[in-house]
Amino acid sequence: MCLAIPGKVAVIEEKDGIRTGRVQFGGISRQACLDFVPEAKEGDYVVVHVGFAISIVDKEEAERTYALLESMGILADELAPDGAAPAES
Amino acid sequence: MKYLDEYRDARIARALAAEIRRRSSRPWVLMEICGGQTHTLMRYGIDELLGDSVDLVHGPGCPVCVTPLETIDRAIALARRPEVTLVSYGDMLRVPGSDTDLFHVKAEGGDVRIVYSPTDAVNLARSFPDRKVVFFAIGFETTAPAHAMAVLQAERLGLKNFSLLVSHVLVPPAIRTLLRHPKNRVQGFIAPGHVCTVVGCHEYEDLVREFRVPIVVGGFEPIDLLEAIRMLVVQLEESRAELENQYVRSVQYDGNRPAQEAVARVFTIADRKWRGIGPIAGSGLFLKPNYAAFDAERLFDLADICAQEPAECISAEVLLGHKKPTDCTAFGTRCTPEKPLGAPMVSSEGACAAYYQYRRHLVTL
Repeated sequence: MCLAIPGKVAVIEEKDGIRTGRVQFGGISRQACLDFVPEAKEGDYVVVHVGFAISIVDKEEAERTYALLESMGILADELAPDGAAPAES
Repeated sequence: MKYLDEYRDARIARALAAEIRRRSSRPWVLMEICGGQTHTLMRYGIDELLGDSVDLVHGPGCPVCVTPLETIDRAIALARRPEVTLVSYGDMLRVPGSDTDLFHVKAEGGDVRIVYSPTDAVNLARSFPDRKVVFFAIGFETTAPAHAMAVLQAERLGLKNFSLLVSHVLVPPAIRTLLRHPKNRVQGFIAPGHVCTVVGCHEYEDLVREFRVPIVVGGFEPIDLLEAIRMLVVQLEESRAELENQYVRSVQYDGNRPAQEAVARVFTIADRKWRGIGPIAGSGLFLKPNYAAFDAERLFDLADICAQEPAECISAEVLLGHKKPTDCTAFGTRCTPEKPLGAPMVSSEGACAAYYQYRRHLVTL
Protein backbone atom coordinates (compact mmCIF):
# COMPACT_ATOMS: atom_id res chain seq x y z
CA MET A 1 0.00 0.00 0.00
CA CYS A 2 2.78 2.41 0.84
CA LEU A 3 4.55 1.17 -2.26
CA ALA A 4 6.47 4.06 -3.76
CA ILE A 5 9.09 3.66 -6.42
CA PRO A 6 11.73 5.93 -7.93
CA GLY A 7 11.33 7.08 -11.51
CA LYS A 8 12.96 9.66 -13.77
CA VAL A 9 11.10 12.87 -14.59
CA ALA A 10 11.09 13.01 -18.41
CA VAL A 11 8.84 16.00 -19.13
CA ILE A 12 7.22 18.55 -16.84
CA GLU A 13 3.92 20.17 -17.83
CA GLU A 14 1.06 22.17 -16.38
CA LYS A 15 -2.36 20.46 -16.40
CA ASP A 16 -5.51 22.05 -14.94
CA GLY A 17 -3.32 24.28 -12.78
CA ILE A 18 -1.40 21.30 -11.43
CA ARG A 19 2.29 20.74 -12.07
CA THR A 20 2.68 17.22 -13.38
CA GLY A 21 5.50 15.20 -14.82
CA ARG A 22 5.75 12.22 -17.11
CA VAL A 23 7.84 9.87 -14.98
CA GLN A 24 9.66 6.85 -16.41
CA PHE A 25 9.88 3.64 -14.40
CA GLY A 26 12.08 1.36 -16.49
CA GLY A 27 10.05 0.82 -19.68
CA ILE A 28 6.80 2.24 -18.29
CA SER A 29 5.93 5.90 -17.98
CA ARG A 30 3.18 7.51 -15.92
CA GLN A 31 1.87 10.95 -15.13
CA ALA A 32 2.65 12.08 -11.57
CA CYS A 33 1.67 15.21 -9.68
CA LEU A 34 4.75 17.26 -8.73
CA ASP A 35 3.03 19.72 -6.34
CA PHE A 36 4.80 18.20 -3.31
CA VAL A 37 8.23 18.51 -4.95
CA PRO A 38 8.10 22.03 -6.43
CA GLU A 39 11.89 22.09 -6.93
CA ALA A 40 11.90 18.91 -9.10
CA LYS A 41 13.29 19.38 -12.60
CA GLU A 42 13.49 17.23 -15.70
CA GLY A 43 16.09 14.50 -15.27
CA ASP A 44 15.59 14.21 -11.50
CA TYR A 45 14.54 10.94 -9.93
CA VAL A 46 11.41 11.21 -7.80
CA VAL A 47 9.76 8.70 -5.47
CA VAL A 48 6.14 8.31 -6.60
CA HIS A 49 3.24 7.04 -4.49
CA VAL A 50 -0.36 6.76 -5.80
CA GLY A 51 0.41 9.26 -8.57
CA PHE A 52 2.13 11.85 -6.39
CA ALA A 53 5.88 12.45 -6.15
CA ILE A 54 6.71 12.57 -2.43
CA SER A 55 10.47 13.14 -2.62
CA ILE A 56 13.34 13.82 -4.96
CA VAL A 57 15.94 11.07 -4.67
CA ASP A 58 19.06 12.61 -3.17
CA LYS A 59 21.73 11.50 -5.66
CA GLU A 60 24.69 12.21 -3.42
CA GLU A 61 23.21 10.38 -0.45
CA ALA A 62 22.21 7.45 -2.66
CA GLU A 63 25.72 7.21 -4.07
CA ARG A 64 27.35 7.54 -0.65
CA THR A 65 25.12 4.83 0.88
CA TYR A 66 25.73 2.52 -2.02
CA ALA A 67 29.52 3.05 -2.07
CA LEU A 68 29.65 2.24 1.63
CA LEU A 69 27.59 -0.90 1.21
CA GLU A 70 29.52 -1.97 -1.85
CA SER A 71 32.84 -1.67 -0.05
CA MET A 72 31.38 -3.97 2.58
CA GLY A 73 30.44 -6.44 -0.17
CA ILE A 74 33.90 -6.32 -1.74
CA LEU A 75 35.49 -6.87 1.65
CA ALA A 76 33.24 -9.85 2.32
CA ASP A 77 34.09 -11.31 -1.09
CA GLU A 78 37.79 -11.05 -0.31
CA LEU A 79 37.24 -12.86 2.95
CA ALA A 80 35.14 -15.54 1.28
CA PRO A 81 36.22 -15.76 -2.37
CA ASP A 82 33.81 -18.59 -3.19
CA GLY A 83 30.96 -16.13 -2.63
CA ALA A 84 29.71 -17.87 0.47
CA ALA A 85 28.98 -15.79 3.53
CA PRO A 86 31.99 -15.74 5.85
CA ALA A 87 31.74 -18.17 8.73
CA GLU A 88 30.86 -16.69 12.07
CA SER A 89 33.92 -16.11 14.14
CA MET B 1 16.05 0.20 -12.70
CA LYS B 2 18.19 2.88 -11.12
CA TYR B 3 17.90 3.15 -7.31
CA LEU B 4 16.25 -0.28 -7.21
CA ASP B 5 18.58 -2.88 -8.75
CA GLU B 6 21.63 -1.83 -6.76
CA TYR B 7 19.65 -2.27 -3.53
CA ARG B 8 18.94 -5.89 -4.47
CA ASP B 9 22.61 -6.90 -4.88
CA ALA B 10 22.99 -10.42 -3.48
CA ARG B 11 26.69 -9.97 -2.72
CA ILE B 12 26.05 -6.95 -0.50
CA ALA B 13 23.10 -8.76 1.11
CA ARG B 14 25.35 -11.68 2.06
CA ALA B 15 27.96 -9.34 3.52
CA LEU B 16 25.38 -7.47 5.57
CA ALA B 17 23.79 -10.69 6.83
CA ALA B 18 27.21 -11.99 7.86
CA GLU B 19 27.94 -8.74 9.68
CA ILE B 20 24.59 -8.90 11.52
CA ARG B 21 25.27 -12.49 12.59
CA ARG B 22 28.78 -11.53 13.71
CA ARG B 23 27.62 -8.51 15.74
CA SER B 24 24.58 -10.05 17.36
CA SER B 25 25.18 -11.65 20.77
CA ARG B 26 21.54 -12.69 21.24
CA PRO B 27 18.38 -12.87 19.12
CA TRP B 28 17.28 -9.24 19.37
CA VAL B 29 13.56 -8.81 18.77
CA LEU B 30 13.08 -6.28 15.97
CA MET B 31 9.89 -5.08 14.34
CA GLU B 32 9.35 -3.56 10.91
CA ILE B 33 6.20 -1.46 10.94
CA CYS B 34 5.31 -1.32 7.30
CA GLY B 35 3.60 -4.15 5.44
CA GLY B 36 5.67 -3.38 2.35
CA GLN B 37 8.79 -4.07 4.38
CA THR B 38 7.28 -7.31 5.76
CA HIS B 39 6.69 -8.37 2.18
CA THR B 40 10.31 -7.67 1.16
CA LEU B 41 11.66 -9.57 4.20
CA MET B 42 9.62 -12.65 3.28
CA ARG B 43 10.08 -12.39 -0.48
CA TYR B 44 13.87 -12.29 -0.25
CA GLY B 45 14.07 -14.76 2.64
CA ILE B 46 15.86 -12.25 4.86
CA ASP B 47 14.44 -13.88 8.00
CA GLU B 48 16.04 -17.17 6.91
CA LEU B 49 19.31 -15.49 5.91
CA LEU B 50 19.71 -14.08 9.41
CA GLY B 51 18.96 -17.33 11.23
CA ASP B 52 18.60 -16.82 14.97
CA SER B 53 20.77 -13.67 15.14
CA VAL B 54 17.58 -11.60 15.21
CA ASP B 55 13.91 -12.39 15.83
CA LEU B 56 11.86 -10.44 13.30
CA VAL B 57 8.28 -9.67 14.28
CA HIS B 58 5.91 -7.81 12.04
CA GLY B 59 4.00 -4.67 12.82
CA PRO B 60 0.53 -3.31 12.12
CA GLY B 61 1.57 -1.22 9.09
CA CYS B 62 -0.78 -2.62 6.50
CA PRO B 63 -3.62 -0.11 6.03
CA VAL B 64 -5.73 -2.60 4.10
CA CYS B 65 -5.47 -5.03 7.03
CA VAL B 66 -6.28 -2.55 9.78
CA THR B 67 -9.29 -0.93 8.09
CA PRO B 68 -12.17 -1.88 10.43
CA LEU B 69 -14.71 -4.42 9.32
CA GLU B 70 -17.55 -1.91 9.66
CA THR B 71 -15.73 0.51 7.33
CA ILE B 72 -15.55 -2.26 4.72
CA ASP B 73 -19.27 -2.87 5.32
CA ARG B 74 -19.91 0.85 4.80
CA ALA B 75 -18.00 0.79 1.50
CA ILE B 76 -20.06 -2.23 0.44
CA ALA B 77 -23.31 -0.46 1.42
CA LEU B 78 -22.26 2.56 -0.66
CA ALA B 79 -21.31 0.42 -3.66
CA ARG B 80 -24.79 -1.14 -3.61
CA ARG B 81 -26.53 2.23 -3.91
CA PRO B 82 -27.64 2.80 -7.50
CA GLU B 83 -26.53 6.44 -7.61
CA VAL B 84 -23.00 5.77 -6.27
CA THR B 85 -19.76 5.00 -8.11
CA LEU B 86 -17.40 3.58 -5.50
CA VAL B 87 -13.75 4.13 -6.41
CA SER B 88 -11.00 2.23 -4.64
CA TYR B 89 -7.43 1.00 -4.74
CA GLY B 90 -7.41 -2.54 -6.11
CA ASP B 91 -6.29 -4.26 -2.92
CA MET B 92 -9.46 -3.27 -1.02
CA LEU B 93 -11.79 -5.16 -3.35
CA ARG B 94 -11.20 -8.66 -2.04
CA VAL B 95 -11.09 -7.70 1.63
CA PRO B 96 -14.04 -9.50 3.20
CA GLY B 97 -16.71 -7.48 4.97
CA SER B 98 -19.23 -9.15 7.27
CA ASP B 99 -21.16 -10.81 4.43
CA THR B 100 -19.41 -10.15 1.14
CA ASP B 101 -16.60 -8.16 -0.52
CA LEU B 102 -16.49 -5.35 -3.10
CA PHE B 103 -15.57 -7.75 -5.91
CA HIS B 104 -18.83 -9.62 -5.41
CA VAL B 105 -20.79 -6.37 -5.23
CA LYS B 106 -19.17 -5.37 -8.54
CA ALA B 107 -20.03 -8.76 -10.05
CA GLU B 108 -23.64 -8.26 -8.94
CA GLY B 109 -23.76 -4.99 -10.88
CA GLY B 110 -22.49 -2.47 -8.34
CA ASP B 111 -20.53 0.41 -9.90
CA VAL B 112 -17.10 -0.25 -8.36
CA ARG B 113 -14.01 1.15 -10.10
CA ILE B 114 -10.34 0.46 -9.41
CA VAL B 115 -7.87 3.32 -9.76
CA TYR B 116 -4.16 3.86 -9.25
CA SER B 117 -4.42 7.41 -7.92
CA PRO B 118 -7.08 9.53 -6.16
CA THR B 119 -6.68 11.98 -9.04
CA ASP B 120 -8.35 9.35 -11.25
CA ALA B 121 -11.35 9.42 -8.90
CA VAL B 122 -11.61 13.22 -9.22
CA ASN B 123 -11.51 12.85 -13.00
CA LEU B 124 -14.33 10.28 -12.84
CA ALA B 125 -16.45 12.76 -10.86
CA ARG B 126 -15.78 15.39 -13.54
CA SER B 127 -16.63 13.02 -16.36
CA PHE B 128 -19.84 11.68 -14.78
CA PRO B 129 -21.57 14.65 -13.12
CA ASP B 130 -24.77 12.59 -12.61
CA ARG B 131 -22.97 9.94 -10.52
CA LYS B 132 -22.05 10.35 -6.86
CA VAL B 133 -18.38 9.38 -6.87
CA VAL B 134 -17.06 8.14 -3.50
CA PHE B 135 -13.36 7.43 -3.15
CA PHE B 136 -12.41 4.83 -0.51
CA ALA B 137 -9.51 6.74 1.06
CA ILE B 138 -7.51 4.32 3.18
CA GLY B 139 -3.89 4.58 4.16
CA PHE B 140 -1.17 5.83 6.45
CA GLU B 141 0.69 9.15 6.45
CA THR B 142 2.23 8.34 3.05
CA THR B 143 -1.12 8.37 1.26
CA ALA B 144 -2.84 11.17 3.21
CA PRO B 145 -1.28 14.04 1.18
CA ALA B 146 -2.57 12.55 -2.08
CA HIS B 147 -6.08 12.27 -0.60
CA ALA B 148 -5.87 15.83 0.74
CA MET B 149 -4.92 17.06 -2.73
CA ALA B 150 -7.87 15.20 -4.26
CA VAL B 151 -10.23 17.09 -1.92
CA LEU B 152 -8.52 20.41 -2.65
CA GLN B 153 -8.69 19.74 -6.38
CA ALA B 154 -12.40 18.80 -6.17
CA GLU B 155 -13.03 22.00 -4.21
CA ARG B 156 -11.16 24.08 -6.79
CA LEU B 157 -13.15 22.48 -9.60
CA GLY B 158 -16.42 23.09 -7.72
CA LEU B 159 -17.36 19.38 -7.82
CA LYS B 160 -20.52 18.57 -5.86
CA ASN B 161 -20.51 14.84 -6.63
CA PHE B 162 -17.16 13.82 -5.12
CA SER B 163 -16.55 12.57 -1.59
CA LEU B 164 -14.18 10.42 0.46
CA LEU B 165 -14.92 7.45 2.69
CA VAL B 166 -11.97 8.09 4.98
CA SER B 167 -10.15 5.37 6.91
CA HIS B 168 -6.80 6.97 7.64
CA VAL B 169 -4.48 5.84 10.42
CA LEU B 170 -1.27 7.20 11.93
CA VAL B 171 1.77 5.10 12.84
CA PRO B 172 3.25 6.64 16.04
CA PRO B 173 0.13 6.15 18.24
CA ALA B 174 0.16 2.45 17.25
CA ILE B 175 3.86 2.11 18.19
CA ARG B 176 3.05 3.77 21.53
CA THR B 177 0.20 1.27 22.17
CA LEU B 178 2.54 -1.57 21.33
CA LEU B 179 5.39 -0.34 23.57
CA ARG B 180 3.05 0.26 26.52
CA HIS B 181 1.59 -3.23 26.27
CA PRO B 182 2.67 -5.41 29.22
CA LYS B 183 3.51 -8.25 26.85
CA ASN B 184 5.70 -6.15 24.57
CA ARG B 185 8.98 -7.80 23.59
CA VAL B 186 10.09 -5.56 20.71
CA GLN B 187 13.56 -4.10 21.34
CA GLY B 188 14.08 -2.07 18.18
CA PHE B 189 12.01 -0.73 15.27
CA ILE B 190 12.49 -0.21 11.58
CA ALA B 191 10.41 2.91 10.96
CA PRO B 192 8.48 3.12 7.67
CA GLY B 193 10.59 5.01 5.12
CA HIS B 194 7.79 6.40 3.01
CA VAL B 195 5.74 7.55 6.00
CA CYS B 196 8.87 9.38 7.20
CA THR B 197 9.48 10.79 3.71
CA VAL B 198 6.21 12.67 4.27
CA VAL B 199 6.17 13.41 8.01
CA GLY B 200 9.90 13.52 8.76
CA CYS B 201 11.66 12.10 11.80
CA HIS B 202 10.48 14.28 14.73
CA GLU B 203 7.76 11.98 16.03
CA TYR B 204 10.07 8.96 15.89
CA GLU B 205 12.71 10.86 17.81
CA ASP B 206 10.06 11.49 20.49
CA LEU B 207 9.38 7.73 20.67
CA VAL B 208 13.11 7.00 21.06
CA ARG B 209 13.30 9.46 23.97
CA GLU B 210 10.03 8.36 25.59
CA PHE B 211 10.72 4.61 25.54
CA ARG B 212 14.52 4.49 25.14
CA VAL B 213 14.11 2.22 22.16
CA PRO B 214 16.33 2.36 19.06
CA ILE B 215 14.55 3.25 15.81
CA VAL B 216 16.08 3.21 12.34
CA VAL B 217 14.14 4.70 9.43
CA GLY B 218 14.43 2.07 6.72
CA GLY B 219 13.84 1.74 2.99
CA PHE B 220 12.04 -1.04 1.17
CA GLU B 221 14.65 -2.97 -0.79
CA PRO B 222 16.41 -6.00 0.70
CA ILE B 223 19.70 -4.14 1.15
CA ASP B 224 17.90 -1.24 2.83
CA LEU B 225 16.27 -3.59 5.32
CA LEU B 226 19.44 -5.54 6.04
CA GLU B 227 21.35 -2.30 6.62
CA ALA B 228 18.57 -1.01 8.92
CA ILE B 229 18.68 -4.29 10.87
CA ARG B 230 22.48 -4.04 11.12
CA MET B 231 22.21 -0.47 12.44
CA LEU B 232 19.67 -1.59 15.07
CA VAL B 233 21.82 -4.54 16.17
CA VAL B 234 24.88 -2.29 16.53
CA GLN B 235 22.86 0.16 18.66
CA LEU B 236 21.50 -2.63 20.86
CA GLU B 237 24.90 -4.25 21.30
CA GLU B 238 26.31 -0.86 22.33
CA SER B 239 23.31 -0.17 24.64
CA ARG B 240 22.39 2.92 22.63
CA ALA B 241 18.88 4.10 21.79
CA GLU B 242 18.91 6.64 18.99
CA LEU B 243 16.99 7.61 15.91
CA GLU B 244 19.01 6.84 12.80
CA ASN B 245 18.07 7.22 9.15
CA GLN B 246 19.09 4.47 6.77
CA TYR B 247 16.81 5.71 3.96
CA VAL B 248 18.65 9.01 3.48
CA ARG B 249 18.13 9.05 -0.26
CA SER B 250 14.42 9.76 0.29
CA VAL B 251 13.86 10.85 3.91
CA GLN B 252 14.77 14.34 5.08
CA TYR B 253 14.67 15.12 8.77
CA ASP B 254 11.75 17.55 8.43
CA GLY B 255 9.92 15.46 5.86
CA ASN B 256 7.99 16.95 2.96
CA ARG B 257 6.57 20.32 4.02
CA PRO B 258 4.16 20.91 1.08
CA ALA B 259 2.68 17.43 1.68
CA GLN B 260 2.32 18.09 5.42
CA GLU B 261 0.62 21.43 4.71
CA ALA B 262 -1.94 19.80 2.40
CA VAL B 263 -2.78 17.21 5.08
CA ALA B 264 -3.06 19.87 7.81
CA ARG B 265 -5.43 21.92 5.64
CA VAL B 266 -7.89 19.09 5.01
CA PHE B 267 -7.62 16.61 7.88
CA THR B 268 -7.81 16.67 11.66
CA ILE B 269 -6.62 14.05 14.18
CA ALA B 270 -9.03 12.00 16.34
CA ASP B 271 -9.41 8.50 17.81
CA ARG B 272 -9.63 5.67 15.31
CA LYS B 273 -10.42 1.97 15.55
CA TRP B 274 -7.93 -0.51 14.02
CA ARG B 275 -9.09 -3.87 12.76
CA GLY B 276 -7.58 -6.56 14.98
CA ILE B 277 -6.31 -4.07 17.60
CA GLY B 278 -9.29 -1.90 18.57
CA PRO B 279 -9.51 1.83 19.23
CA ILE B 280 -6.26 3.82 19.53
CA ALA B 281 -6.41 7.39 20.84
CA GLY B 282 -5.38 10.09 18.35
CA SER B 283 -4.53 7.54 15.67
CA GLY B 284 -6.82 8.61 12.86
CA LEU B 285 -7.23 11.37 10.32
CA PHE B 286 -10.72 12.74 9.64
CA LEU B 287 -11.93 15.45 7.28
CA LYS B 288 -12.15 18.86 8.94
CA PRO B 289 -15.67 20.32 9.44
CA ASN B 290 -15.14 22.83 6.62
CA TYR B 291 -14.64 19.89 4.25
CA ALA B 292 -17.77 18.06 5.49
CA ALA B 293 -19.26 18.41 2.01
CA PHE B 294 -16.64 15.87 0.87
CA ASP B 295 -17.23 13.41 3.73
CA ALA B 296 -19.16 10.33 2.55
CA GLU B 297 -19.98 9.30 6.14
CA ARG B 298 -21.91 12.58 6.61
CA LEU B 299 -23.45 12.62 3.14
CA PHE B 300 -24.78 9.07 3.17
CA ASP B 301 -25.66 8.47 6.84
CA LEU B 302 -23.65 5.31 7.43
CA ALA B 303 -23.29 5.50 11.20
CA ASP B 304 -25.68 2.64 11.99
CA ILE B 305 -23.52 0.06 10.19
CA CYS B 306 -21.59 -1.89 12.85
CA ALA B 307 -19.77 -5.22 12.72
CA GLN B 308 -18.19 -7.86 14.98
CA GLU B 309 -14.79 -9.37 14.17
CA PRO B 310 -14.37 -13.17 14.26
CA ALA B 311 -13.30 -14.20 17.78
CA GLU B 312 -10.96 -17.09 16.98
CA CYS B 313 -8.40 -14.97 15.09
CA ILE B 314 -5.16 -14.05 16.96
CA SER B 315 -4.52 -11.03 14.72
CA ALA B 316 -4.23 -8.61 17.65
CA GLU B 317 -1.28 -10.59 19.01
CA VAL B 318 0.29 -10.86 15.54
CA LEU B 319 -0.15 -7.13 14.83
CA LEU B 320 1.36 -6.23 18.22
CA GLY B 321 4.32 -8.55 17.66
CA HIS B 322 3.50 -10.97 20.51
CA LYS B 323 2.98 -13.92 18.19
CA LYS B 324 3.97 -14.94 14.68
CA PRO B 325 1.44 -16.03 12.04
CA THR B 326 2.67 -19.62 12.30
CA ASP B 327 1.77 -19.63 16.03
CA CYS B 328 -1.90 -19.61 15.05
CA THR B 329 -3.67 -22.97 14.85
CA ALA B 330 -5.91 -21.73 12.03
CA PHE B 331 -3.00 -20.44 9.90
CA GLY B 332 -2.85 -22.04 6.45
CA THR B 333 -5.77 -24.34 7.19
CA ARG B 334 -8.98 -22.63 8.33
CA CYS B 335 -7.43 -19.23 7.53
CA THR B 336 -5.98 -18.60 4.06
CA PRO B 337 -5.88 -15.56 1.72
CA GLU B 338 -8.91 -17.05 -0.08
CA LYS B 339 -10.86 -17.34 3.16
CA PRO B 340 -9.25 -15.07 5.76
CA LEU B 341 -10.39 -15.05 9.36
CA GLY B 342 -8.77 -11.76 10.17
CA ALA B 343 -6.83 -8.64 9.37
CA PRO B 344 -3.26 -9.83 8.59
CA MET B 345 -4.44 -12.47 6.09
CA VAL B 346 -6.57 -10.10 4.01
CA SER B 347 -3.90 -8.20 2.09
CA SER B 348 -0.64 -9.33 0.49
CA GLU B 349 1.14 -6.90 2.83
CA GLY B 350 -0.34 -8.44 5.95
CA ALA B 351 2.08 -10.59 7.96
CA CYS B 352 -0.05 -13.74 7.74
CA ALA B 353 -0.60 -13.38 4.00
CA ALA B 354 3.13 -12.76 3.43
CA TYR B 355 4.00 -15.89 5.45
CA TYR B 356 1.43 -17.85 3.50
CA GLN B 357 2.53 -16.57 0.09
CA TYR B 358 6.19 -17.37 0.75
CA ARG B 359 5.24 -20.73 2.22
CA ARG B 360 6.71 -20.20 5.66
CA HIS B 361 4.11 -22.66 7.00
CA LEU B 362 5.65 -25.43 4.91
CA VAL B 363 9.28 -24.77 5.86
CA THR B 364 10.87 -26.28 8.93
CA LEU B 365 13.43 -23.80 10.17
